[in-house]
Amino acid sequence: MSVLTRDPVSVEHLLADIASPECGGTCVFLGTVRSGPAEHGVTAIEYSGYEQMVEAEFARVLAEVRERWPAVRYQVRHRLGLVRVGEASVGIATAAPHRVQAFEACRYIIEAVKQRVPIWKRELRADGTAVWVDPFGLPAAAGPR
Amino acid sequence: MAATGTIHVRFFARYAELVGREETVLAIPLPATVQDVVRRVRDELPGGRGIPERPLAALNLTHVKLDASVQDGDEVAFLPPLAGG
Repeated sequence: MSVLTRDPVSVEHLLADIASPECGGTCVFLGTVRSGPAEHGVTAIEYSGYEQMVEAEFARVLAEVRERWPAVRYQVRHRLGLVRVGEASVGIATAAPHRVQAFEACRYIIEAVKQRVPIWKRELRADGTAVWVDPFGLPAAAGPR
Repeated sequence: MAATGTIHVRFFARYAELVGREETVLAIPLPATVQDVVRRVRDELPGGRGIPERPLAALNLTHVKLDASVQDGDEVAFLPPLAGG
């Protein structure tokens, strides 16, 4: 199943995919679109990606997870398209017999998403502008919507 | 006679806006590197100077350094700073 989706991330589905009676610890991470004082009136973010490479890179990341934490069960979904403030752009769920591995694998996956997966985001703002943002949420370029 | 390779070049996000396209095809003398492809893009495409001299790059769906060799039929992608998650 593809990691990429244009549908809302379902925590229920993530958990159902990894549930196992052998797992005693489960972690869920959701990255959500925010609009605080520093976000300049963000109403939504448009996510786009180099889709074939996103899938290929996720395959590599998850192979690394299997090697480092063989007992961990995981599921990941990353949205493309329009994601509104408060909605999740990425959902990661991990489960393991013990909590340490679940936490570690979950953190590993989200950090790899940030560093390796070719996805980009363009903030849509209340003033009608659309701004590509860099990994730190700072404008990379500006232009009309 | 020097060999020539056909390289498929892809642009995304801000880079696609700068060059006004999502892809192009270059005929490039071989041997060549990803850096050579960068130079051709910067020199020949309208808006190409907006692509950094040393961008993040992928070769056939894998992150590579700019000194990676390219072969006929390869796909090179220039990646703006990643912003997933």
